[in-house]
Amino acid sequence: MYHKTLSWRVFNVFNIAFLSVLAVICVIPLVHVLAVSLSAKSAADANLVGLWPVDFSLEAYKATINNKYFLGSLWISVMRTALGTALILLVTVLAAYPLSKEPREFRGRSVYAWLFVFTLIFNGGLVPFYILILKLGLMNKFAVLIIPAMVNVWLIVLMMNFFRGVPRALEEAAFIDGASHWDVLFRIYLPLSLPALATLGLFAGVWHWNSWFDGLLYLSRKEDYPLATYLQTVIVSRDMSSMNFTIEEMQLLSQKTINAAQIFIGALPVLIVYPFLQRYFIKGLVLGSVKE
Amino acid sequence: MKPDIRRTWPLHLMLLPALAGLIVFNYVPLGGIVMAFMDYKPWLGFDGSPWIGFGHFRALFEREDSLQVIWNTLVISVFKIIFNLLVPFGFAILLNEVRIRLLTRTIQTMVYLPHFLSWVILGGILVNFLSTDGGFVNRVLGAIGIGPIPFLMHGDWFRFTVIVSDVWKEFGYGTIVFLAALANIDPSLYEAAEVDGAGRWKQTLHITIPSLLPMAIVVGTLSLGNILNAGFDQIFNLYNGMVMNKGDIIDTFVYRTAILEGNFGFATAVGLFKSVVSMVLIVCAYRLAYKYANYRVF
Repeated sequence: MYHKTLSWRVFNVFNIAFLSVLAVICVIPLVHVLAVSLSAKSAADANLVGLWPVDFSLEAYKATINNKYFLGSLWISVMRTALGTALILLVTVLAAYPLSKEPREFRGRSVYAWLFVFTLIFNGGLVPFYILILKLGLMNKFAVLIIPAMVNVWLIVLMMNFFRGVPRALEEAAFIDGASHWDVLFRIYLPLSLPALATLGLFAGVWHWNSWFDGLLYLSRKEDYPLATYLQTVIVSRDMSSMNFTIEEMQLLSQKTINAAQIFIGALPVLIVYPFLQRYFIKGLVLGSVKE
Repeated sequence: MKPDIRRTWPLHLMLLPALAGLIVFNYVPLGGIVMAFMDYKPWLGFDGSPWIGFGHFRALFEREDSLQVIWNTLVISVFKIIFNLLVPFGFAILLNEVRIRLLTRTIQTMVYLPHFLSWVILGGILVNFLSTDGGFVNRVLGAIGIGPIPFLMHGDWFRFTVIVSDVWKEFGYGTIVFLAALANIDPSLYEAAEVDGAGRWKQTLHITIPSLLPMAIVVGTLSLGNILNAGFDQIFNLYNGMVMNKGDIIDTFVYRTAILEGNFGFATAVGLFKSVVSMVLIVCAYRLAYKYANYRVF
């Protein structure tokens, strides 16, 4: 009824305009950095580039692709994201299945649950963790990027909630036929949980791709840096002194267009992956937060 | 059926990898908390470093820089908590009024985007984008006769920029839970209101907003646990010497004190102070959320 009133129509036009402006504001900085990366060096240095490339040029991308530090760290990021995500998914699925059981089926469940929850509400802080990594001998090792991150309690909770939605009749029938818990997990629960796995994989993958602080803290050779840490030191902190760059390399790295190209390539995998998984992560997030 | 050990041992085995990870990386470091009560020197270790009792904690509340850092953290995080609740709340209600599916979808895709980018990427972009020296925003403002504004170069503007850019990054993602709650509202409520002659404004005021309040209470109370988390990644990638006085927060302070200055004992004490306060707030918040909105994690 109200859809036909004049005031509703006026509101509707203003509302759509307002929301569209906000949506555009969310992507403008990215559009700008893409435009800078595709502009000529002179135009970018003179601050002439807005949201469209000025004097279109691919020089910045050519220089970036020829930069061996950039390529090396790109490879380390790909490796850490692939291996790290696989490890997180394995650990998460294995832990979520027992935790999804009722206490009467799995005695000890609540003790385990408390051990997990406690880590969410209290931690020792940065320094004890740093000393631990030092004493474990993980400093300057690739493993420091994936092993400490393998348990993510939030993801385990998400997966556990998803498993609880699987109809009980399925596993009861399987148990009567003599199936073990391993059969039930890998033959019944997992095939039904592919959307949830996709969601968790997205979260874990984006987390790994974006992580930079562990690299900065625990790795000292620039050859070992993942891309996010490389970008942090070279572009954000502009700390090139510790990295033994030659004068020519430093001049190259301080160019606006090249920085923009490196930033854009760093953001690209996330930009490509997430729209496809949008419906999954919305489902996953809602699953984790709204219950009953 | 009684749960006997032969049937449930695979369940214990499945938990083993996660449990081992938790013990090594979450429980063992708790022992390192003793450093907060020591004048810890790496070359003396835990056995050789002298105990000093609560000296670091006394320093924490007496040193001017640490008090300033606690204040900065509170100011920044309180504004972030308020706006990261209100903006998604309002945005979800407005977006719910758009009846063109394709447009809703497009807007959602665009506003969720910044959430998935790291503060390294966004910091790299914003430092140029907001610069007073020909940055895009100041060029646009200059065209209408404003500025240039020192977004990242002046203490008060820095706080403003940190709060606004955090809301910019996260508000879209924050709407997801509200949109889900909106989709769960019983349509017959609106139909009944329509029959009674309520316009859209009345319907929003008396149906939509009350239906969203439980979710808003959950989101709001749970975010209280973050009151000492002003956003390490963001501040670390945006701050500089000029805004240190008003922009430095607990986490960046701990990092510099420990890793750059090597004052491990004091940094541990500051971190412990933060952990304990956060724990108390989180436990209270969860009890409140459970009591008033029946929210449970496990």
